[in-house]
Amino acid sequence: MAESAVAAGAGEVVHVHPEELGFWRTYVFSTDHKMIGKQYLFLGLFMAVVGGLLAYAIRWQLAFPDTEVPGWGFVGPEDYNALVTMHGTTMVFFVAMPILLGAFGNFLIPLMIGARDMAFPRLNRLSFWTLLGGSLVLLSSFFVPGGAASAGWTGYAPLSARPIYTGVNWGLNLWLLAHAIEFASFLMGGVNFLTTVMIMRAPGMTFFRLPILIWQLLTAAVVFLLSVGPLIAGAIMLLMDRIAGTSFFVPEGGGDPLLWQHLFWFFGHPEVYVVLLPAVGLAAEALPVFCRKPLFGYRWIIYSTLTTAILSFIVWAHHMFVSGMDPRLAMPFSFTTILISVPFAIMVFAMIATLWGGSIRFTTPMLFAVGFLSMFIVGGLTGIFNGSAPANIHVHATYFVVGHFHYTLLSGVLFGGLAGIYFWFPKMFGRMLNETLGKIHFWLTLITFNATFFPMHLLGLGGMMRRIANPMQYEFLQPLQPLNVFITVSAIGLLLAQLPFLINLVWSLAAGRPAEANPWEAATLEWSAPSPPPHGNWGEAIPVVYRGPYEYSPPEVAQDWLPQDRALAARPG
Amino acid sequence: MMRWLPENVSSFGGDIDAILSLIYSATLAWFFLTLGAILLFLFLYRRREGRGATYIRGDKLSEAVWILIPAVIVLVLDLWIDFRGADAWAKVKGRVPSSDLRVEVTGKQFNWEIRYPGPDGKLGTADDLQLDNELHVPVNQVVRVTLKSKDVIHSFFLPNLRLKQDILPGREVEAWFQATKPGRYEMPCSELCGFGHSGMKGWLHVHPADEYQQWVRERWPSSRQGEGSKGS
Repeated sequence: MAESAVAAGAGEVVHVHPEELGFWRTYVFSTDHKMIGKQYLFLGLFMAVVGGLLAYAIRWQLAFPDTEVPGWGFVGPEDYNALVTMHGTTMVFFVAMPILLGAFGNFLIPLMIGARDMAFPRLNRLSFWTLLGGSLVLLSSFFVPGGAASAGWTGYAPLSARPIYTGVNWGLNLWLLAHAIEFASFLMGGVNFLTTVMIMRAPGMTFFRLPILIWQLLTAAVVFLLSVGPLIAGAIMLLMDRIAGTSFFVPEGGGDPLLWQHLFWFFGHPEVYVVLLPAVGLAAEALPVFCRKPLFGYRWIIYSTLTTAILSFIVWAHHMFVSGMDPRLAMPFSFTTILISVPFAIMVFAMIATLWGGSIRFTTPMLFAVGFLSMFIVGGLTGIFNGSAPANIHVHATYFVVGHFHYTLLSGVLFGGLAGIYFWFPKMFGRMLNETLGKIHFWLTLITFNATFFPMHLLGLGGMMRRIANPMQYEFLQPLQPLNVFITVSAIGLLLAQLPFLINLVWSLAAGRPAEANPWEAATLEWSAPSPPPHGNWGEAIPVVYRGPYEYSPPEVAQDWLPQDRALAARPG
Repeated sequence: MMRWLPENVSSFGGDIDAILSLIYSATLAWFFLTLGAILLFLFLYRRREGRGATYIRGDKLSEAVWILIPAVIVLVLDLWIDFRGADAWAKVKGRVPSSDLRVEVTGKQFNWEIRYPGPDGKLGTADDLQLDNELHVPVNQVVRVTLKSKDVIHSFFLPNLRLKQDILPGREVEAWFQATKPGRYEMPCSELCGFGHSGMKGWLHVHPADEYQQWVRERWPSSRQGEGSKGS
């Protein structure tokens, strides 16, 4: 193995592999951040198919209760609880995080900051294999006696703390174990993100020249690192309650069920922003490129991101207004929760202002970025209903909440994540995705997404509870049943709407038009590397950074973009 | 959108509905403003030959006011919703008003056990009455409900009364309501409580005053008026 050592810009020695590597060195032991990022992407997409199929069975049961789900079989009440639990867990921890953080973080952080790899490449490799292990543990829980976990993705104790209450024994233990492994994986990833951005930026890449996505990923990593500890402790305590007979969360032994909710949501709400912030970043990267205009209020977006991160640690009890905690706690938490709308409003307004005065190209990534912005606005606005303590009394634990978090989290993965995939696919794989299929995918997704999730708010106002397997058991819900049927048909449409994307993905990977280094004429550093970038990302010399990431249509050059790494004779102000 | 709410039949339901309406108005306005701006800008600033983009970075305060002033308006609306909301919250969940009419509701997988203290007004005595999934109350009277659970967390939900309260095993949680219209209202559990969660429900029967007296007399024939349970 001939390796030539070249000096990197940050001063360390890296190895450039000039020749083909074998299977093991390419896929299994590769420490190349780009390979690892792609593996996160494909793992996330695979788990999304699993989570999507679970959603299909859930929706069929709700629309046509106690009939056989075509291609699936009969769903009993125990199965139904397992379906909703595993759907939530899969989508949040094994789809949203691997795609938004794992894939884009690993692939883009070194490329965007001008590094040859992550700070800890082997730790990076280990974090992926750890996540794959966690995914396999989670999937295996479907096949153990008693079935998969069925206490909800929030796993409220004592339902989750004693096997007799759910009838699920090892399924729930494995579910907890899968969480622990997933957390370990993303802790390694988070440390890596943080260290890499801190110490491996290219010469000239100051913090206020970092692309906004890097800020969002960095903030997400820090929020995750700071919030996950209590839940790891909580998960171990819950596992002890289940297998060692302790009573941390079981009142008969002196434990407190509410403690679990505090531990869960102290992590669980910041986790929402861990997923959401990178999605905002992905959309914010695509907007200036296709508006040919700087991202409006770059610094204000950064300040808003940091404000969100701080506020995210003091809002968790808004999940618990009616939990039985002291009611005097509700209004302070309601206040902080509603306050978080201000930094998010600034981000949204900044993205809208970016459109003003632009020269807008309606490419597929641009459509998805604007789609994310629009859907995210709906998710943010409906959040006010949930965040207001008195309004929450009625909408808590109803389909209003389900509608709300799909408009925030799923719009993040679906519109934000897909904007990212359509945007960076040429850089990742060296080929272009088909634009026509991409646009078909976008419009079908936009229509079916809204047809699926908007009516859920109406169901929720009507009082329909989450996690009931059969709405027809309730007289007050029977008049709403046509809406459930409509949602189910739309949801099946939403799943089918992803087929053009899968076809596009497979076809373009094999036979897409080869991509040049900078097909979108974008200014950030990753586009200065070849498509796809080689191991080490750039040749002999690391790019030197002269300016911020969004210099589009600047007055000093004739071209309508000025890459971060291009030296000008007269330095711009 | 508010017409999707179930009919309100409680004394405090109107306060909650007013908050829902306030938030609905505010968010609907923002929805049209923001989505309208997006669609308008997408149309106005679509790519045209010979027309470049405007170079504005928006970092300077003089430019950033375009996003900061709307954010201040968001903050003002937030505070308005908070302060209006605080009053509604205090009314529903703050201080539980006193009442002679007390009922104990115990959640268990997968039923509501309703216990009336009977004429002596004390629970745990021989004249207690226990019913499954049936709660009978008189109209226009404050009812105090002590919520307990025998196993896992349940949630006492009365959609028509805008009342929802989780029940924690190992604790007693106090709730109250005052129904304003006689009728029969569904009383589901709204917290996942196991395989029988779906379908765990009872009925709240709100009786006119005389009909409720009749019901009390039938249940406790030995007592003349059923003082402890009829309220005052």
